[in-house]
Amino acid sequence: MDITFKNVTYIYQRNSPFEHKAVDDLSFHIPSGSFVAIIGHTGSGKSTLIQHLNGLSAPSEGEVHIGDFKLTNEEKPKNMKELRSRVGVVFQYPEHQLFEETVAKDIAFGPENFGVQQEEIEKRTRHVIRQVHLPEELLERSPFDLSGGQKRRVAIAGVLAIQPEVLVLDEPTAGLDPRGQKEIMDMFYELHKQEGLTTILVTHSMEDALKYADHILILNKGKKFMEGTPVDVFSQREALQSVQLDVPEVVEFLIKFEKKIGKPIPFHNQSMKELAEEIQQVVKGVDLHE
Amino acid sequence: MRKALIEFRNVSFRYEENSPWVLKNLSFTIYENEFVAIIGHNGSGKSTIAKLVNGLLFPQQGEILINGITVNEETIWAIRREIGMVFQNPDNQFVGATVQDDVAFGMENRGIPREEMIKRIEETLQAVRMSDYRLTEPHRLSGGQKQRIAIASVLAISPKVLILDEATAMLDPKGRKEIMDTVSELSEQRGLSLITITHDLAEVVQAERVIVMNQGEIWAEATPREIFSKRKELREIGLDVPFVAILAEELKQVDVKLTKEPLNQEELLEELWTLHSRT
Repeated sequence: MDITFKNVTYIYQRNSPFEHKAVDDLSFHIPSGSFVAIIGHTGSGKSTLIQHLNGLSAPSEGEVHIGDFKLTNEEKPKNMKELRSRVGVVFQYPEHQLFEETVAKDIAFGPENFGVQQEEIEKRTRHVIRQVHLPEELLERSPFDLSGGQKRRVAIAGVLAIQPEVLVLDEPTAGLDPRGQKEIMDMFYELHKQEGLTTILVTHSMEDALKYADHILILNKGKKFMEGTPVDVFSQREALQSVQLDVPEVVEFLIKFEKKIGKPIPFHNQSMKELAEEIQQVVKGVDLHE
Repeated sequence: MRKALIEFRNVSFRYEENSPWVLKNLSFTIYENEFVAIIGHNGSGKSTIAKLVNGLLFPQQGEILINGITVNEETIWAIRREIGMVFQNPDNQFVGATVQDDVAFGMENRGIPREEMIKRIEETLQAVRMSDYRLTEPHRLSGGQKQRIAIASVLAISPKVLILDEATAMLDPKGRKEIMDTVSELSEQRGLSLITITHDLAEVVQAERVIVMNQGEIWAEATPREIFSKRKELREIGLDVPFVAILAEELKQVDVKLTKEPLNQEELLEELWTLHSRT
């Protein structure tokens, strides 16, 4: 599903002394099937933006289009439930929302609410548990007996069981160790490709944005600060630093390289192998531009 | 010869009878004024080591000595005075309403006189560069600032050893670097032993010695440089290999000869500059 924000503003506690613009005149377009990373500090408006994607919030001003659904201050779609069955949101620390007696029941909770037939639910449950790389034996266990990483996977399976077309991930790797972080992100990437999802990743990690996203949106104080491909965005280091955002380590290295050696190597999302070859050419005195 | 500060002698530990051993016949020594990093992925047993050192847990087999004294239920109170620990989540270790109250808490528990407390609050906040925040409410601080306050609170009780148990795991790269710079500077100034327990290899570069844990056993014990060169093996036991180490490996493949294993970007650039200026 295509997602479009047209001049969206969201105001908390309007007409009160606490009035606060969380999102300010925000416009962007996400084509169906893309993997978009949304980056910004605490308070940049990321969470408010996410809440618009499945109608938890409606814009105070402007328009949000998600596929054929339209959200404005005056009109909410009549079939809000359908919108929510098509946009799955994995909130931060989703394992805190587990509550059922067994893993299977927890996964079934979402689809049951959307009126999916029992037989179909069972089929989906077995499918999604495999998609999150957990053994089927866990289905009859209590979710509370599982490890932290397993719990998170169960919670994610519950969102996948709704079979959404858009998957929104709010810092899905927070609190996991590097191996767990990589496993979860690789899993989402695999799902994105396999299921042809539109994936929206809210993250602090520049490395993840560089590795997985094909489009990056940077928010600052509720406004769009920058937008583009990873190469476009991460080439603008000074602009990023002006809002206290870092660049991926490889970009940092290339900047230091130019300072020290006096010759630039442009960033084009090269592999480590390509980078090594480019460095070799520079240090051995071969001019890259010839 | 340096004096042994922490000694593990054939220590085995498991959380329950019949459950698998978390630590298996573990022996190592950490000396006075030493900076040691203990790394390993989740479940490798590294955090259990920290809990055994200050008697939050006791081993089923073997013996642990701190400053020559065996850790047991009679000695833990004396031993805990020697050991300061900072944990992963900064929000779980705040008790005070202001930064200075929080730093005072540990000292109050030890009955340190008021005059002395005031002096130490000033000193330790200065040491972690947080003097301007004495009256700030902890929840207004960033993650990195909170951890620096946690470190100040621990320093205020003048321990002999400071243990950071994944203390930077929840911070961004910048916050991590700040903390590691602060503690390594402090350990030099104060002659403090420093043990950092982490899964982040980038954090071990300043250590003198690295102990790599895997499945409850010591998998390797070496200098950071030696550890960085074992890229393939590190990946096998689930550790991330730092950017510089990966790039150094690729450079070797294309015949760029480095004289030593670089530990950080600066070292690598220095070598590249030398190579470049020769051509």
